[in-house]
Amino acid sequence: MDMTTSAQSRRDFLATATAAVIAGTIAPSSLLAAPEQVATELKKLFGDTKLIEGKIKLDLPSIAENGLVVPLNFEVESPMTEKDYVKAVHFFAEGNPNPNVANYFFTPMSPKASAQLRIRLAQTQNIVAVAEMSNGEIYTAKKEVKVTIGGCGG
Amino acid sequence: MTTQPTPRVRMPATAKAGEVVEVKTLISHEMESGQRKDKDGKLIPRKIIKQFTATFNGKEIMKADWHGAISANPYQSFFVRVPESGTFVFSWTDDDGSVYKAEQKVTVG
Repeated sequence: MDMTTSAQSRRDFLATATAAVIAGTIAPSSLLAAPEQVATELKKLFGDTKLIEGKIKLDLPSIAENGLVVPLNFEVESPMTEKDYVKAVHFFAEGNPNPNVANYFFTPMSPKASAQLRIRLAQTQNIVAVAEMSNGEIYTAKKEVKVTIGGCGG
Repeated sequence: MTTQPTPRVRMPATAKAGEVVEVKTLISHEMESGQRKDKDGKLIPRKIIKQFTATFNGKEIMKADWHGAISANPYQSFFVRVPESGTFVFSWTDDDGSVYKAEQKVTVG
């Protein structure tokens, strides 16, 4: 009889303790951008135009030790002539406070729709690249980067 | 902390007509993202370079709009074609309106 009560109270204690632990782990609501925010940005830019996967070579490390300086290289397949060239390439981060990263605008004077830059990533997330072609076609590519130390200070 | 932004450009000074060359650019700039807080918990206002442009003999080759996610001391490399002898001008526009420029003459021959 005595044993049962003690077991009962211990179960109660464990239940309360577990509840407390769970409550503690629920992080304060995050201000970081979500994939939906990137989708909203894309909708703003392109409306209902279909995004086709491909044509973009998006080169980012799979694992970035330092989120403050993450190298990004890209190249979009295109002959880059007056008739057929890449007008713009946009980059978005799904897990940064602001989903916008950079927008590159090319002209037929550019021999390649390509550049290398360094970006900051707050946490592990997907980077989305979207290329606008002169004929109105829109291509997209996505790459996940695992970030060990986030790069947004604060 | 503010440093006077100094642009640096590396590219060949001579090329064959129509040759495609790589341009490497770097500018010292803190690129304050507007996300960080100071000791009193107040947001430090954003101050970044918001645009980069490259022109050849006055014609635009490419430009880039940058946001808070661009690393401090932004490095960038890209490609240009050298159709004839002339001058490439690279400019960086700051949030405060300042424009930093670098010029490079390239001789075809």
